[in-house]
Amino acid sequence: MTYAVRSATVRFGPAVALDDVTVEVPGGSVVAVVGGDGAGKSTLLRALAGEVSLDAGTVEAPPRQRLGYLPASSGSWAALTVTQNIDFVAGIYGLASDELAARRAELLDRAALTPAAGRLAAQLSGGMRRKLGFVMAIVHRPALLILDEPTTGIDPVSRIDLWRLVSEAAASGAAVLMSTTYLDEAERAGHLVVLDRGRVLVQGPYDRVRADFAGDITQASQPVRAEWAWRRGRVRHEYWPGGVPSTPSTPPGLPPGTTAVEPDLEDIVIALSLARRNTVPS
Amino acid sequence: MTDTLLRATHVTRRFGAFTAVDDVSMQLQPGEVAGLLGANGAGKTTLIRMLLGLIAVTSGRVDLLGGPPDRERRRRLGYVPQGLGLYGDLTVRENLSFSARAYGTAVPALPSGLTEHADVLVRELPLGAQRQVAFLAALAHSPGVIVLDEPTSGVDALARAALWDTIRAQAERGAGVLVTTHYMQEAQQCDRLLLMSDGRLVAEGSEADIIGSTTAVAVRTADWARAFAALAAAGAPVMLAGRAIRVANADPAGLAEVLKAAGIQASLQPVPATISERMLMLSRPAKAS
Repeated sequence: MTYAVRSATVRFGPAVALDDVTVEVPGGSVVAVVGGDGAGKSTLLRALAGEVSLDAGTVEAPPRQRLGYLPASSGSWAALTVTQNIDFVAGIYGLASDELAARRAELLDRAALTPAAGRLAAQLSGGMRRKLGFVMAIVHRPALLILDEPTTGIDPVSRIDLWRLVSEAAASGAAVLMSTTYLDEAERAGHLVVLDRGRVLVQGPYDRVRADFAGDITQASQPVRAEWAWRRGRVRHEYWPGGVPSTPSTPPGLPPGTTAVEPDLEDIVIALSLARRNTVPS
Repeated sequence: MTDTLLRATHVTRRFGAFTAVDDVSMQLQPGEVAGLLGANGAGKTTLIRMLLGLIAVTSGRVDLLGGPPDRERRRRLGYVPQGLGLYGDLTVRENLSFSARAYGTAVPALPSGLTEHADVLVRELPLGAQRQVAFLAALAHSPGVIVLDEPTSGVDALARAALWDTIRAQAERGAGVLVTTHYMQEAQQCDRLLLMSDGRLVAEGSEADIIGSTTAVAVRTADWARAFAALAAAGAPVMLAGRAIRVANADPAGLAEVLKAAGIQASLQPVPATISERMLMLSRPAKAS
């Protein structure tokens, strides 16, 4: 089963939060939406979750009881214990007695939250609270799982735990759409979607995004065209959308010391953002 | 020796019976951007607070700009916390005037991207612009030592590149910059990394130095979903990487046995670990799966 938003446009007053965005989320896979503050990530996720209505386009999502959604806010009740939080949500989906006890024990164990079962959500660390939110989103075995920045602001070890939980959900057949501000996480997903100011800058499996990237990137201490250059460590990288005249290790016509680089995802996202800024008036 | 901007020598800090920072020695030179990494509870924040003179050391010694981190030396420090330390209810211009008065320096000129926002309340700005304002406020007095806590988290790639330009310009004029982070995209922008675990400094150097010879196991199989389920059920810390599976913290022979028992054909290959995986291994010593 594949879920999707197609040609989706969402406006908030004069602001266009999503502009003709199409994203498909097949069962058994993780689709990661990456972008900065204001890129439209949350709006895209909320559109698929049915939390925001479209001005144009269509949504293909399962019925609500087959959908799990972790909002960017905590997703749990601070004054309830871990167990109470899970039981409350499970009750909404009709899970009870032995079935609930078994499911709760399994999820607590997988999320390494068993020792914290009796603790108030307010007393959990940020990473534990995100894991609790995840457990609550998945307790009813949803077919579509939507996670809004599950790993933002938490420590790297909890991030790895969360990625394992997300991967397990996909391995058991769920369609997972998650947002992140971290490119290394997007790289890890089967399919990544880069959003920039409400539009899809590029999407696909990382290998294909990289293979399809057109143009060349060079590095030097002084770039030739400042508006096409950005900082990487001690040097600057520069994008040549049409390619440099030729691409030996020192391209002719460029200052000495300029070398071609193999772009990573950070380079590709910056280059495509610059191409958009430098060619489309905003 | 005299060039060193910031130096910790065998610094330890205890809170009751708990040792938060354990015998850490490190230094920061002019012109360098150093990254301090570590999981939560590794001791990063306590170390920073001692380096800034906000809490006392239990033993050891901190030298900031040639002496103890007292009030006078702290004037030559620039610090941008994760929460940015701006007043949301003041405009960009008002925030900058306030911090300039506090440091006794001139109000910094706004760069081109911020001029249109001069009279906008800070809380109404996008996060990338808020971060630029926080940098301006903290850097207007040309501090010798700059400490930044996750300086670029949450912003888009272009805003991140612009923030790194600002950070690098500070290093190029001779400041020493210490960035605390647990994000790889920030760590990779630093000249040198320091990795803390359980209060101790456990590795120092380039990304390659930090990773050292530690490896993860890449599992390639046609039946990734079943392989994943089998490995997860056996308690291995499995992760998805596209359609491949990575296991950060396990012995390949043990994994091979789990897969064989489940009747799954797979190839297992040791691959260099990532920095996050190295951190996971430090905080959770390998267990047989």
